[in-house]
This record gives sequence, structure tokens and C-alpha cells, in this order.
Amino acid sequence: MDKPYGWWLPINISTHGKPIDDLINSLHWFMLALFVGWGIYFVYCLIKFRARPGHKADSTEKHFRLPTYIEIGIAIFETILLVFVSYPIWSSVKNDMPSDSDSLRVRVVAEQFAWNIHYPGDDGIFGRTDPELIAPEDNNPIGLDREGDPNAKDDIISINNFHFPVNKPVRVDLSSKDVIHSFGIPVMRVKQDAIPGTVIPVWFEANQTGSFDIMCAQLCGVGHTRMRGEITVQSDEEFKAWLAEERTYLGLEEG
Amino acid sequence: MSSAHGEIHAHGDGHAHEEGFWRKYIFSTDHKVIGIQYGLAAMAFLLLGFGLMLLMRWQIAFPGIQIPLIGKALTQDGVLSPELYNQFGAMHGTIMVFLGVVPMAVGAFGNYMLPLQIGAQDMAFPKLNMASFWVNFVGGLIMLGSFLMPGGAPQSGWTSYPPLANIAPPSQTAWLIGMVFLITSSLLGSVNFIVTAIQLRAPGLSFFRLPFFVWTQLVTAFLLLLAFPPLEAAGVLQLMDRVAGTSFFMPSGLVVSGEILSNAGGGNPLLWQHLFWFLAHPEVYVLILPAMGIVGEIIVTNTRKPMYGYNTAVYAIIFLGFMSFIVWAHHMFMTGMGTAISSFFQATTMIISIPSVIILTIFLLTLWGASIRYTVPMLFALAFLPMFAIGGLTGLPLGLTASDIYLHDTYYVIGHFHYVVSPGTLLALMGGFYHWFPKITGKMFNQTLGKLHFWGTFIGMNGIFGPMLLVGMAGVSRRLYDASIYQAAKSVQPLNVVMTYSSWFLAAAQILFLVNLFISLRKPKTPAAENPWESTTLEWTAPTPPLPHQNFPVPPHVYRGPYEYNTTSREFAPQALQEV
Amino acid sequence: MSVVIPYVSKPHPVTGVTNAKLGIWLFLASEVMLFGALFSSLIVLRVGSTDWPVGSTILNVPLAFVNTIILITSSLTMVMAWASLKLNNLGKYKMYMGLTILLSFAFLVVKYFEYSAKIHHGLSPATSNFLGIYFTMTGLHGLHIIGGIVVNAYLWIPGAKMWHSDPERFTGRVEVAGLYWHFVDLVWIFLFPTLYLL
Repeated sequence: MDKPYGWWLPINISTHGKPIDDLINSLHWFMLALFVGWGIYFVYCLIKFRARPGHKADSTEKHFRLPTYIEIGIAIFETILLVFVSYPIWSSVKNDMPSDSDSLRVRVVAEQFAWNIHYPGDDGIFGRTDPELIAPEDNNPIGLDREGDPNAKDDIISINNFHFPVNKPVRVDLSSKDVIHSFGIPVMRVKQDAIPGTVIPVWFEANQTGSFDIMCAQLCGVGHTRMRGEITVQSDEEFKAWLAEERTYLGLEEG
Repeated sequence: MSSAHGEIHAHGDGHAHEEGFWRKYIFSTDHKVIGIQYGLAAMAFLLLGFGLMLLMRWQIAFPGIQIPLIGKALTQDGVLSPELYNQFGAMHGTIMVFLGVVPMAVGAFGNYMLPLQIGAQDMAFPKLNMASFWVNFVGGLIMLGSFLMPGGAPQSGWTSYPPLANIAPPSQTAWLIGMVFLITSSLLGSVNFIVTAIQLRAPGLSFFRLPFFVWTQLVTAFLLLLAFPPLEAAGVLQLMDRVAGTSFFMPSGLVVSGEILSNAGGGNPLLWQHLFWFLAHPEVYVLILPAMGIVGEIIVTNTRKPMYGYNTAVYAIIFLGFMSFIVWAHHMFMTGMGTAISSFFQATTMIISIPSVIILTIFLLTLWGASIRYTVPMLFALAFLPMFAIGGLTGLPLGLTASDIYLHDTYYVIGHFHYVVSPGTLLALMGGFYHWFPKITGKMFNQTLGKLHFWGTFIGMNGIFGPMLLVGMAGVSRRLYDASIYQAAKSVQPLNVVMTYSSWFLAAAQILFLVNLFISLRKPKTPAAENPWESTTLEWTAPTPPLPHQNFPVPPHVYRGPYEYNTTSREFAPQALQEV
Repeated sequence: MSVVIPYVSKPHPVTGVTNAKLGIWLFLASEVMLFGALFSSLIVLRVGSTDWPVGSTILNVPLAFVNTIILITSSLTMVMAWASLKLNNLGKYKMYMGLTILLSFAFLVVKYFEYSAKIHHGLSPATSNFLGIYFTMTGLHGLHIIGGIVVNAYLWIPGAKMWHSDPERFTGRVEVAGLYWHFVDLVWIFLFPTLYLL
């Protein structure tokens, strides 16, 4: 495996990230071409048309066609990127939510300054939550109603440690307890603001195992910098084993 | 600073009317004095904002290491605390945008030059102009005072997103009140600018004979006039949230550090963002348009030929101003926006890049066939072009949602907008300073120091913001007090060190500027400052410096377009020149 | 001072307006953006709310109706004041202007009774976003009324001295103040149905 991080895009371990990287890279080639093109012309002018004895500015009115064509070219290129690249990628990111049957469904509840990862457990149903029941000291930072709701009994809450299996779509329902955070996983090409009062779905699928950072991308207070989570992408068996471990740790009976 | 102030205005004494010190220098209604007041205040704020950033950059490059010299004065252990980091970050943005660049570009340059360039004696409403400065000044004092409040200065970013800003310490209330003052000031100013530019033009000065700078100021004034009120509305709503306990930006059931908030709820945090960016995107053009105007003036003067496609440039900035009102939500692509709305805002964002490219192209084509004089202001103006190009181009991947997913809220964004505002606008403002300094003071600055200042600034700024783009590309989020705990940041840490050293280099270059300023102000007045660049626009026809309260001894009449260089038998034909 | 600003009393030959008149129109454009932003916020909050009340169930419609009449009447007297100047009748101007100021105070008094009744019943801006936006918008409108009273009071007595030195400019000032006053009136005409009736 290459070094995961460098001075350009880090490795991409998501299935949807390739077109995003291609877009970023091709845009930068385009930008470079424009910049170098302008630059060559610019430097040429600076030398050729410098003031010197015997040289006089040519003030006759001119109309150059080429720049107009270049501008039209830029406009067409931008339109193509917009309509044929950006719109489809965004539409896929927003609309191609994996179905519940073949995906892992997780809730992520952001707070100052941690990521609470809420797994529905074996029944696949998230238990009810109520702000009144929030008790961080009892491993219940999101107010899960373990007493009142049978669906909540097998739910697993993990703080900052987000494990999920490789090659399986994951759907995250993202929300926040307090202020706006932003759920960013650079290697997964995922970023989504967590807005209090709303639940926003995000999906992704990893094609490679490993451990990587979750970074908060929206200023959320004095601990913004500490709001570091970690994704652990692992094989399905390892993931199941980890879930079992968590279940034991939380003192939950086998579902 | 006050001595510099006195120096600049010492010449006014000989004229007919005698005013007391207070009327003349402090509560003056003369647009030139007010312009200089704005300029000095803005310069102080720019240096302050820059100083805050120097401290933050130390922490970014050398996390947890004591700040040399002044660290102990700031905190117990001499290390910048995360609390201070967030305060400095929020205040750096607020100060630079609202108290530094805009007052400098509009308040100082606009106020001083716009009436001169249109041949007017003063602004249409001189008293309102004075009020505008003092309201701005009070707003600035409130912002400064917020540093002393319990809990420290505002710390929710210059964007002040709720709910974070709603639950922030008391100084956030001061920030909002300060903003109301600044908004009121810019409202008074923009009404004044527009009325002046429309009503007080000299006879013969039709709209399409206006210097490009006047056009940019006019469009800027419209942006300020129409874009700021929604932020004022947002400010009032956030004030109500903080002071009267309303829940406009607070949804129900928030739990902050284990406590359920007692407010009624039902509000919408994104409402603030829409109102804020409805201002703050046009604000970007408020920052860049006057800079384009200054660059246009300097480039045309020093190429000794007319501006290529002047009319097109004018239409381009009007279009730019109009479009800037309908792109705001591209700052909010990651807030859960669906495909329909984001498609609209991506499209408008791509469209707005076209007039920007046109303006850049016009400046570049003006160079063709020119006779380029490498004067100090021209160096700054020329450097603006590639810098603005980088700033504009790096906006492309941010304007498309697909690439923005990765780049949003990373250092790439910071690099992008700083390339527009810092090596872009600030270079242009510095160029404008050198361009007009002779006319304002009647003195010439030191050319060598000016050139050193240029190269130091140019290299320093690129040393800061170039690597920043790469840090963002590596995926590092912005506003992190100590990114070193993240894998992505470790790989780019050497770049952060380069950036921090560059920021010192940039600071050193500004010392050259201040030295030059003081040396030049102590020099005797010279007739060489009358029209050193052989410019055609009206301000160079006025006496040096222009007469207090009157500018021109005889109201000028305009006979020709703004940039008649080498188009007649003369090398240059001033606008007020009747016969050729 | 030798500074002479043109088009202070007489309109600009091309634009056809005085500086002040152009200025007030620009100012009102920005005011439209200010109240426009608040009305938009109201719509956003209302659409996003599940229990937004009908205004008439909480607010006192008859009182607000009286206030609407008062404000519209004050706009009329404001026009009459300006028209009196046009007809060269300073005495009538003073009567109508005085009436305008009186009506403005009447509006504020009614508003005061409305506010205190709400607070007396324990209804404050913090109670709900409906009441929050009600207090914010009517409060801001009230501040505009107070601003108008200050300007009109100045033009009524102390500022009227200008009538003798530069009647044209003074008439222009009254006209400009009138434009502002009509705007404040207009805002109320939007506020009344939006908050009280819908």
C-alpha cells in the first residue's frame, strides 16, 4: 500500500471516490494549463513591451478574437464538468442510498466533542432516544431508552470508534446534539455537516481495510481540534467479532 | 500615527478658511480627511489582524511550544491556548474583512478618490460621510472591547454560526452590536457613494467616461447597500436569541454539555447561514472590485495606452455585481442540500467565473502593444494578475459540489480565498497607496524601499498561501488548534513550518513599508509629485494635495474619455484638457 | 467654507431628482432588503414549524386594526403637510405636521398597551418563535416609528427655520421625510395581515 497521506490527495478507499478524485485532478490540470498559458503570454508581454528608449505604446484600437474563443472554450468546459460530471456525482452521493437489506445502517450523533456511533444491534432497529435519558457516565451519551424500548436493548453505542465492514455499503444517519459539526473522512471522500434538529443521510462503501481519521470540519467550539474519531474498516468476520466484544463490554445479553 | 496624520494635512493651513483642530482633523466633513481617517484606522486594524494570525501560525507550525518573546504575556505557560486560538481566529476574520480591507478599499480609497475622479468638490452628503466614519470607528472599538469581556473575545468564527454562537460567551453579543454599527456605517457610506457618483459628476463626464475605479466603487456601493441589510436582520435575530431568549436559530431538544437547553426551540440554524452568506458572498466582491478598479487605473497609466475593451469591462463588473447575489448557497453545499438547489447554485457559480475571466483577460490584453513602465505601483498591479488568477481558478473545484465534498472546509478553502483577498486585494491596495501617495501628500516615496516592500510582500504571501492549498489537498480541516494528532496533518507539517516562516518574512517586509511611509512623510514637498505617472484622470488635475473642502480651484469640465494615452498628438491627454 | 454641493435644492437636470431624494430612495431600497430578510425568515420559521399559531388567536386584532387606521391617517396628514408647503402655507404645514406626530405617538401608545398585555399574560419573545418574530418585527418597526418622530419633530419646529432661507430645500426635506414615513406605514401594512391575520 502507498503511503496513505502526502502532499496531494490521500489514498481513496471508497467506491464512490474515484470520480471525485478524477474531477479534482483533471480540474487542476485544466487550471494549470490556463495558468501556464496566461503566464507565458504575461511574461512575454512584460519583456517584449517593456518601456525602453525608442519604444512607443501602440494605442490603435484593436479587437482580438482569440481571447473570446478561449473564454467560450472555458465556458463550454465548465458546462461539461457541471452537467456531465458534477451533477451525476452529486446525484449519486445524495440519492443512491443503499437499501436496508444489503447495507449496514448506523446513526452518528455528533456532540461537543465526540462522535457517538449508534449501531442498531441484531434486530436492525434503532431504539428510541430521549434527551432526558442522556447519561454519559452510564455509557449512554445519546439518551437511548434501554428500559422502555425493547428495540433498544441490543443497541450498541461506540464513542469515536467507527467500525464497519469492507465491501458493504454503509448508511449513516447523521445528527447533532448541540452545535453544527461536520463529519469528514478524508480517505473516504465523505463530508457532511451535522445540523442539530435534522437527520441527514450519508452513504459510502469501503473497498479496502485499515484505520483512518474522522475529522470534524466545522468549527464547533474550543475542542474542535480534539474531535477526532477513527474508522476501522475490517472484514465482515472481524467486524462481527468486534460487535460481540462491544456487546460484552456494554454488558448486553446476546441478541 | 497621529503625527503622520498631521504631516499629511499640514499643507491645508494656507487656505482661506481657518478651522480649529477638531473640525479640521477629527470631526472633519472633508472627504479627503475622512478618507485618511479611514485609511489610518484600517491600517491599524490590518496590522492587528495580521498580528493575531502570526500568533496562530506559530501554534500551527509548532504546536504546544511556547511563543517566543510575548508568549508569557498571553498565557501562563506561554503557549497559545485553544480558547485564545479560537478567539484570534474569529477576530482575525472579522477584523480583516469588516475593519481592515473594506474600510481601506472603500472607506479610504473610495472616499478620497471618488469625488476627485469625478471632479466633485466633496461627497453629496459630507456630514453623513463623517457620521459614517465615526459609526464605523465605534463599531471597531466595540469589537476591540470584546477582547476584554469575561470569557474572552468572540470565538465562533467570523461566520458566527448558531447554535455555537448562540451559546458562546457574552462577547458574542458585543460582536453582534459591533456588526450593527459597522453595517449602519457601510449603509450610510454606500448611499453617499452612489448619490455622489450619479449626481455630482463634472460636466462632460458621462457614465462611459468614468474612470474604471469609479465604476468599481459604484458597483461595490450597490452591493453594500443591498447585501448588508439581511446580515443586519440576521444580527437582530441572533441578538434576540441571545438576549431575549428566542429560538430563531435553535432547534428543539439541544443538549449542551449534558444539560438540556430550556429554550422553546423550533428554530432553524441554517436560516442564519442563508442570511449570513447572502451578505457575505457579495462581500467577497466588495473586497475584490475596488482592487480591480485600482489595478485598472495603475495598469492603464503605466502601459501608456487605453484600456482594452473598457465598455466590456464595465458591463462585466455590473454583471459580476448582479450575479454575486445569487451564488451565496455555494458556501453551504455540505449542509444537506439536495440536488435541485445545489444544481442551481453550482450553475450560477460557474457563470460568475466568466465575467471574472473577462476582466482578467482585459487587463492582460491591455499589456499587448504597451510600453510598460515598471514603477512601484505597477509592480503591485502586475502581481495582482497572476495572484487573482490563482484565487479565481482555485474557486472552480470548490464551486462544483462533487469536488467540494472533499475540499469543503479544508485549508484549500483558506488558501483559495486568501489568494483572492491577500495577494489579490491587499497587493492592489498597496499598489494604490504608492500610486496616489504623491497626490495625497505632495511628496514622493522612496523607490528602492518600495520595490523591496513589493518583493518581500509578494514572496511572503505566496510562501504562506501556496503551501496552504497543498495542506488542504492533503485533507486537513480548517480552524484546528492542533492538527498534529491527525495523520493527514503529519505529512504536511513541514509545509506549515514554511508558511509560518513566510509569515515572519511578510511581517518584515511590512516594516519596510512603514519605514518608507515615515521617511517619505518627512521629506519636503516636491513639484514632481504633481502628476508623477503622467495620468489622465481628474484627480491629477487637482492641486497637490487637493484643496481642503473644495478639491479644485475651478470646477473642472471633462472633454474626453478616461484613458487617452498616445491616442492624440500628445503622449497623454488629461480628461479636463479641452484642445489637443 | 467654499464647498458648494450642487443639486441640494434643485433637481439634477438629467436624473430629475435632488441628492436627498435619490439618497432616500437608495436608503429605502436597503430597508426593503432588511424587512425582506425578516419576512423571509418568518416564512422559513413558519414553514419549518409544526405548531405555528394563527395570529388572531394570540394577538389583539381590533387594536392592531385601530393602529393601522392611525398610521394610514398619519401618512395622509404627512402628504397634506408637504402639500401645504407646496401651496406656500407654513401655518397649515405646522398643523398637519403636528397632527402627524400626534398620530405617531398614538400608534406607539396603542402598541405599548398591546405589548404590556402580552407580557402581563406571561407571553414573552421566548415563549415561542411566533411571539419572538412578532416582538422582533413590530419592535424594529416601532424603532422606525420613533426615528420618524425624531425627524418629523425636527422638521416641525426647529428645522422649519429653513423655510425662510431656502423654501425649496425645506420642501424637499419634508418630501424626503414623507417618503420614509410612507415606507414605515407600508411595512406595517404588510406586518398587520402577516402577523395578526394569517
